Amino acid sequence: MATNAITTFFNQTQDTSLATPRINRFTLFFLFIIILGLGCGVASFIIGHEKVYNYTRDVPWGLLISTYAFWAITSTGLCIYAAISHIFGGTKMAVVSNRMVWMSIICILGAFATIGVEIASPHRMLIYNIISPNPTSNIWWMGTLYGLAVGCMIVEFFGIVTGLARIAVILGTIGAVAEVLANSCLSGVFATLPSRPYWYGGQLPIYFLTAAFLSGASAIILFNQLAYKIRGQEMPQSVKDALKSAGKAMTLVLILYSVATFWRLIMYFVGGSELGRIAADALISGPLSVPFWVFEVCIGLIIPLILILLSRLQNTGMMAIAGLLILVGQFVARYNLVAGGLLVPGTLGWDNAPTYFNYVPSFFEFAVVMGSLGLVCFGFLVGERVFGKTFTQKEHH
Amino acid sequence: MDITTLEKEKNEGIETLPSEERRKFLKMGLTVTGVFLGGTVLSLTSVKKALCGNTDSVIPADGQYPYPKHYGMVMRQNHCIDCEQCLDACRDTNHVPAEHDAWRTTIQERITTVDGTEKREFRPILCNHCNRPPCVRVCPTKATYKDQETGIVVMDYKKCIGCKTCMAACPYNARYFSHDRYAIDKCNFCLDTRLAKGEKETACAAACPADVRVFGDIKDSTSEIYRLLHEPDNKIWVIRPECGALPNVFYMNA
Ligand code: SF4
Ligand code: SF4
Repeated sequence: MATNAITTFFNQTQDTSLATPRINRFTLFFLFIIILGLGCGVASFIIGHEKVYNYTRDVPWGLLISTYAFWAITSTGLCIYAAISHIFGGTKMAVVSNRMVWMSIICILGAFATIGVEIASPHRMLIYNIISPNPTSNIWWMGTLYGLAVGCMIVEFFGIVTGLARIAVILGTIGAVAEVLANSCLSGVFATLPSRPYWYGGQLPIYFLTAAFLSGASAIILFNQLAYKIRGQEMPQSVKDALKSAGKAMTLVLILYSVATFWRLIMYFVGGSELGRIAADALISGPLSVPFWVFEVCIGLIIPLILILLSRLQNTGMMAIAGLLILVGQFVARYNLVAGGLLVPGTLGWDNAPTYFNYVPSFFEFAVVMGSLGLVCFGFLVGERVFGKTFTQKEHH
Repeated sequence: MDITTLEKEKNEGIETLPSEERRKFLKMGLTVTGVFLGGTVLSLTSVKKALCGNTDSVIPADGQYPYPKHYGMVMRQNHCIDCEQCLDACRDTNHVPAEHDAWRTTIQERITTVDGTEKREFRPILCNHCNRPPCVRVCPTKATYKDQETGIVVMDYKKCIGCKTCMAACPYNARYFSHDRYAIDKCNFCLDTRLAKGEKETACAAACPADVRVFGDIKDSTSEIYRLLHEPDNKIWVIRPECGALPNVFYMNA
């Protein structure tokens, strides 16, 4: 009886056209990556974090925190665009908003998976975050708000697939507000530390929110393009229009973000803290210069801008490549931000402190990153397979 | 009038003086300190300001100690000879693992060149038990907190989730991840290992043969640390004051 109901339910949502051996193979492949990558993360608890992650007293954070930030920021972006289309309706992006909600959930799960194996004692977090909360802690608020957001979005998504539109809109709104606040608290984790002049300051929260709008728009274009690619179908005009809107948002925010990046760096060279300037120098000409110039600037900002201009917002394939490159750039930008703040010794001048600490992510750190990427790809394919009809239902009107 | 007589004069404050008078007064102040204290202008002004409760002093003003006791340490930095007996005493007393980056206190070194001759300088460091501790503010689970009796920043190991935010937040690199305790560990002025047992000094201070580390209650006007901090001749500084953490480990040359 219950099984029957579930079968009927999934018959309404699933997209059987994706039940092909090829898609299954890909899905299994990504599952394999998750098991390998996150398996390394889980194994790190048994082997000991200190043995497998390259964190030290001097550089306590690294690639995993930046990857967490990247997924969390992307999730916020997706969630905001979805909520705007759900609440206000009428925007062209509304036709793809269900897919955005799903991918927002998947991205935040990617973020949780990454930080879950980064923190030394996540089990203590589950207990003491609740019975011993610290209201002045950005980390506490961030965790709580992301938790709230993902809870809301899951109920929202349930509302979407079961046709409970009202619940979906209300929960979607709460979820989006929680995501924006969580994004702000995430930036606050860095922005409120005077000990790290490269992070400290009121500009960072705006920067993070801008990054969310940029990553979110890029992810919308990329995932929708992929959704039609894997089906081998022509994209309906309504989706093309949606991607055009997303493309406009992406271009606008790309410019805002580039301006912010420019000024953020320039500020360190006109005065202020020496440590901030040395950190900025790490990006301009120091150990982070290749990640910065090649990945963050060229691959993540300039080439996408050229591609967008060439695509005239018509060629969705080209826009999707631009979106992918932006996401790559954003991923590296998060790393540059985290590493930039930590590579500079606070005790400069003493103990023969090097100008920059040496931190190179370990194999296990890279493995976890791959695992989180696998999780997002796997989530994407499963979403299309199981909820494909829900995603596409509005697209053909 | 010599400086001691001047010191005894009641301070009328300069806020009410017209600016012309004020400038004259300041000039006089500079001359007085310049002449009598061999140029330690900064020291006189900062210590005096502290007594007056001025906000740009590094020393907490009288009457502004939030805890019943207020422990701190003065380092007579130029006395340090880098014998590292304090490090050994700390490791023994507080079971600090003998790993490279596990320490509660350490000695930093730098070479400066004065008139062509190289000079080695040593600086002992440890947790500053800050009055506005960034580590405490950022900790999600209150695993690190200020002890309400003593103002000492302590750990409740079982609550530490190992997010390492406090390590990123501390301006003084005073915290490390202890694999033995599977939590962050740091100096606690020997609160559990010595003070609780009635000892009056930390292990490092007791072990120092050069009398570099003066530990005590800076609220207690009869203590040695109080005297050092409020001696007008003493030039007192702290590390990274710009971070606004209001540290309670003070440095001077004696
Ligand atoms: S020195 Fe660092 S660990 Fe100690 S109280 Fe200050 S911020 Fe916290
Ligand atoms: S590592 Fe532990 S003590 Fe430090 S902020 Fe996180 S939970 Fe608190």
